[in-house]
Amino acid sequence: MKNTAYRIYMALVFLFLYAPILVLVVFSFNDTATASRSVWEGFTLRWYQRLFEDRMLLEALRNTIVIAVVAAVVSTVLGTMAAVGINSMKKLPQRIVMNITNLPMVNPDIVTGVSLMLLLVAAVSLFGGRSLGMGSLIAAHITFCLPYVILSVLPKLRQMDPNLYEAAQDLGCPPVKAFFMVVLPEIVPGIVTGMIMAFTLSIDDFVISYFTSGTTQTLPIYIYSMTKKRVSPEINALSTMLFVVVMALLILVNVRSGRTKAPVQKGEERS
Amino acid sequence: MRSKSKLLSAPYTVWMTVFIVVPMVLVVWFAFTDRAGHFTLENLLSVGQYSNVFLRSIWLGAVATAVSLVMGYPLAYGIAKMAPRRQSVMVMLVMLPMWMNFLLRTYSWMTLLEDNGLINSALTAIGLPRVHMINTGGAVVLGMVYNYLPYMILPLYSVLTKIDQSVIEAAQDLGANGRQVFFKVTVPMSMPGMISGITMVFVPAVSTFIISKMLGGGGNLLIGDLIDMQFLGSSYNPNLGSAISLVLMVIILICMGIMNQFDDGEAAGGGVMP
Repeated sequence: MKNTAYRIYMALVFLFLYAPILVLVVFSFNDTATASRSVWEGFTLRWYQRLFEDRMLLEALRNTIVIAVVAAVVSTVLGTMAAVGINSMKKLPQRIVMNITNLPMVNPDIVTGVSLMLLLVAAVSLFGGRSLGMGSLIAAHITFCLPYVILSVLPKLRQMDPNLYEAAQDLGCPPVKAFFMVVLPEIVPGIVTGMIMAFTLSIDDFVISYFTSGTTQTLPIYIYSMTKKRVSPEINALSTMLFVVVMALLILVNVRSGRTKAPVQKGEERS
Repeated sequence: MRSKSKLLSAPYTVWMTVFIVVPMVLVVWFAFTDRAGHFTLENLLSVGQYSNVFLRSIWLGAVATAVSLVMGYPLAYGIAKMAPRRQSVMVMLVMLPMWMNFLLRTYSWMTLLEDNGLINSALTAIGLPRVHMINTGGAVVLGMVYNYLPYMILPLYSVLTKIDQSVIEAAQDLGANGRQVFFKVTVPMSMPGMISGITMVFVPAVSTFIISKMLGGGGNLLIGDLIDMQFLGSSYNPNLGSAISLVLMVIILICMGIMNQFDDGEAAGGGVMP
């Protein structure tokens, strides 16, 4: 009895989480002429066709991917270097650097966004150059991705036995080589996690991009302008496609990690 | 060797000085100056006339946080009690909606909540009167809960799975009944997860400007909308906008300080990633 009640509760929560997504998907096939969002008038694929003819959208998509790739790579390299450096700092400087690193994570996105906008606008008026655009977007994205990279690499460095690195050097390995042969393999999982997080955060970001983009469009900004201006099922078609892509990616990742991790998990369960 | 590896963080130190510290200094600078660049307290003083907006944001954010906690705790608790394989599937199901752009999901709630929307059509179909839902405070709270519920469930879940089963058994052996075990052992031990869940829901909820714009209509202005208006909206005034941002930051710091009072020991109670 108690169990049934709980099952119903759980089903309701998941209904709450998935109902809007279901609505978006269903109405992406709606053959409407009146642009009504909630009256079903038959099946069509024309909104999908429109989507692929939308130049602005394709450009926004391209911008989003370029920004996400650049931001993820740069923040991963910079962040990993920073984590190694921070790990070898003394207590006080370490604490100062970490507090500043935490700032963009604690601050509301909107405050980070407007503060970067003030900086970038001031930079443009001081040094000239073009107004806000791809450059400022990439800089902003690197900035909010960096803390996540550092915070996922740092624990791996702390777990590592510092003697390993010194042992390699005692055995005659030059420091740089010792870093790449001994330290790097140990922290690779943290680096990969950080990079994936940076990439997804960058793709999904709206608030900070909104304040630092000028007239350049990224996908979330384009979506925002779509929700504001015209009411068209095109936006539903877009969401459906995005959802399918994300789901496919997640299933792919899970199947792959399921294969490689299966023996380990079994071992864990036994203990 | 130590001094050399310290140098590795130099590029980052420079980057974060330029892109984190300087922008923060700029916010403070703009908040305390007028358009001509002279020192003034006028911006901060005029924030006072928006106190109703601040109160509304904090109130709606707090309600949304409370609803998320009440709604999310049983779910997290239930997932933590499942078999490991089912647990990962359920966690995935909780996270999946977050991977879809939040603007699109919030937009979809407009379709559901409108006066001629799906919920109202369903209500009239079964002979019930229509309910006005869109453009109310309730719709804004719903949007907040919907968008940030996973941020509550995930930290709670990761703390609840780590609770040592033998502690529960010890309480039962000592004669505690189910309810006592839950309120005297499980809930206190999941405190770190509750605190990070509450912070992760409250901070974005109190500073949002999209949810209120889409679901709240014009009558439910929040702090985020005010800031947006000063920077990219109709009433361009970065000085006032900076002052509002500064006050928002202080409010959030105070709230987090209060929250940390409830947390004994380490605050790091599970992040987004389970």
